[in-house]
Amino acid sequence: MAKIGVFICHCGENIAAKVDCTKLAAAMGEHPGVEVSVEYKYFCSDPGQESVKKAIRENNLTGIVIAACSPRMHEATFRKACAEAGLNPYLCEIANIREQCSWVHTDGDMATAKAADIVRSMVEKVKRNNILQPIEVPVTRRALVIGGGIAGLQAALDIANAGQEVVLVEREPSLGGHMAQLSETFPTLDCSQCIMTPRMVETAQHPNIRLLTYAEIESVDGYIGNFKVRVRMKARYVDMNACTGCGDCITKCPVKKISSEFDCGLGKRTAIYTPFAQSVPNMPVIDKASCIYFKNGKCKTCQKSCELNAINFEMQDEFIDLEIGAIVVATGFQVQNTALYGEYGYGKFPDVITGLQFERLASASGPTAGRILRPSDGKEPENVVFIQCAGSRDPSKGVRYCSKICCMYTAKHAMLYAHKVHDGKTHIFYMDIRAAGKGYDEFTRRAIEEDEASYVRGRVSKLWQENGKLMVRGVDTLLGKPVTVAADMVVLATAMVPQPNAKEFAKTIGIAYDEYGFYNEAHLKLRPVESSTAGVFLAGACQSPKDIPDSVAQASATASKVLALFSKEKLEREPVIAVNNEATCAGCWGCVLACPYNAIEKKDIRDRSGKLVKQVAYVNPGLCQGCGTCVSFCRSNSLDLAGFTEKQIFAEVMGL
Amino acid sequence: MSEPFEPKIVAFVCTYCTYAGADLAGTSRLKYAPNVRIVRLPCTGRISPMFILKALQKGADGVLVSGCHPGDCHFTHGNYHARRRWMVFRALLDFTGISPERVIFSWISAAEGSKFADLINSVTEDIRKLGPFDQYQQLIKETESPATL
Repeated sequence: MAKIGVFICHCGENIAAKVDCTKLAAAMGEHPGVEVSVEYKYFCSDPGQESVKKAIRENNLTGIVIAACSPRMHEATFRKACAEAGLNPYLCEIANIREQCSWVHTDGDMATAKAADIVRSMVEKVKRNNILQPIEVPVTRRALVIGGGIAGLQAALDIANAGQEVVLVEREPSLGGHMAQLSETFPTLDCSQCIMTPRMVETAQHPNIRLLTYAEIESVDGYIGNFKVRVRMKARYVDMNACTGCGDCITKCPVKKISSEFDCGLGKRTAIYTPFAQSVPNMPVIDKASCIYFKNGKCKTCQKSCELNAINFEMQDEFIDLEIGAIVVATGFQVQNTALYGEYGYGKFPDVITGLQFERLASASGPTAGRILRPSDGKEPENVVFIQCAGSRDPSKGVRYCSKICCMYTAKHAMLYAHKVHDGKTHIFYMDIRAAGKGYDEFTRRAIEEDEASYVRGRVSKLWQENGKLMVRGVDTLLGKPVTVAADMVVLATAMVPQPNAKEFAKTIGIAYDEYGFYNEAHLKLRPVESSTAGVFLAGACQSPKDIPDSVAQASATASKVLALFSKEKLEREPVIAVNNEATCAGCWGCVLACPYNAIEKKDIRDRSGKLVKQVAYVNPGLCQGCGTCVSFCRSNSLDLAGFTEKQIFAEVMGL
Repeated sequence: MSEPFEPKIVAFVCTYCTYAGADLAGTSRLKYAPNVRIVRLPCTGRISPMFILKALQKGADGVLVSGCHPGDCHFTHGNYHARRRWMVFRALLDFTGISPERVIFSWISAAEGSKFADLINSVTEDIRKLGPFDQYQQLIKETESPATL
């Protein structure tokens, strides 16, 4: 006989304000098979959990239903409480009466009626729950870090320094990411490359880190502790074992006018190139699309210049298969396409540039060797206008969020400009100054007070050219007047947006993303570095716009998560897997076709003399992920899914 | 005037996308019609047409099936199986005289809380217009053998 306990949580006022919990508890107490039906203010609290455990022990309950928040919140909490009270944890079900009832309905009576339906159906389900044991799986102690920007480097170094193996995959020919492009960093104004490049070298030389640059993730299979990852090594056309990075090939290359990606189009590079002088590894790649040899079969100047015979035009993409236990995704961001802002004339006027382009101008290793010069005529601008929120916080451009770093880097740009061009003038159009962070507000005050940046609170509506000047028309909302500034250069603080292929990439590794393409964390507050997929962690700006300190902190947090995972010999996994009834299985192999994981094999059934009687399907519990697609496919009703059996679901529907 | 008809709708959803989307509607405090009852499953691939029939038999006036967008399935392609099954099942529904409009198929991701709320509202309105689904009930009454599990 079923003896079910129903525990109705008020969640303070969150549930109780809409659902009449007393009435609900009384009604559930009448339901057949319900032994205990009680209500309490917070069942997730310590005394709440204790009362559940006590009720289980005193009444010898055979199953419990917690009517509370989403199972995504506290299923694990109450399963643990069950286990502590001596009840199999899988005999606990959650009735979601908060997220899917009290929070979304206005009418109290209707919400109570709905809550009763939800609880009743879970009671009917739990009556049919089976005792299950978690599945143990081994852990491969090797982490994969995807992305070689500051977040990826930090995660890789932290994991490697703790003695675990790391494979770091970077799409570009060199490590560095966006941070390597920056000039100075706020709020300390220390040189970005000075703090970044030693990290890059340390990573490349670390005995526990295997570095794969110019490589992309091709596919990810498997699950926490046991991922199988295929990496495509793009053909560099340069043999990394032979190359010493002398750079002779680069100086000889006749194609010299390719717009440099690293310099955001402000500088030029050759067809055989390293992205920047401090590249790690410092070995060039051939840009196939620009190389004369690949276009018309002639040239090979680089090959002739290379004394080490490192250049190989026959090189093909190669694949590397890796066994991985945990994945850190640190794929970063991109700068929003400024073509969206026709009114600011980006692309039309060469002296309208993005913040990242300004970084390259200000950088000592940049195309102007650190002098602030106009891209159009190479003259020093006397008056620079900065436009903040060029893209961010603008629903009409598809970005409702704040990009977080622009207020700070615009203040930094104004300072750098003031330090380099002493009599220059700066105007900054802003919506709000958001300078929350250690030393951040002091920093923006310094830009205003010491470096005389003139902040104008208002938006810019129009930008046009007149007598060689860029005329910027905006509004000063504090004065309530329109203003027009004649500028020599305009810098747009463009929004941080996800990488162009962020969504496709999320599908490759099987993680969730938001409406923009930033990766979703498992819980915004309590599990901010875990993705929705177990064993995959998130670091840096791929999750949301972030500055360097936040990215580094998050990267270290992912490392601690990975190390916690690697501290175990074996992992416990949810026992939600398909099971086959071999007596009724007809061997039609429909399930074999349906299974996305190739988890179903053919198994021979033999009699005592060893004669083959029949073949049936066998579900490999190590590979089965528990989607249940095979169960719905099974013609003879032989397959069933533990935790979501046919009986359980039918009962759940009948209870509604 | 009689009270407006309040339909009962059973939703079969996958835990990774639509269930999470429904949770998001909750955490965002969006308001929607209280007519839907959610059955959580690991994947839409787990949904057997029998569940839908059972729900209709038990007194649901409409059934909603919702999972991850094509290409987004946590289990790589369970939702494609669900879609194929749905195409066949829809024709069968029509054949048996049950209006296919009572069974709605949709994709809602974990990020689409407001889409979930909008969908529930529109589905509720559509089913309300169709009126109560009593074909099964009449049959049951006629044969006087109550359907049990």
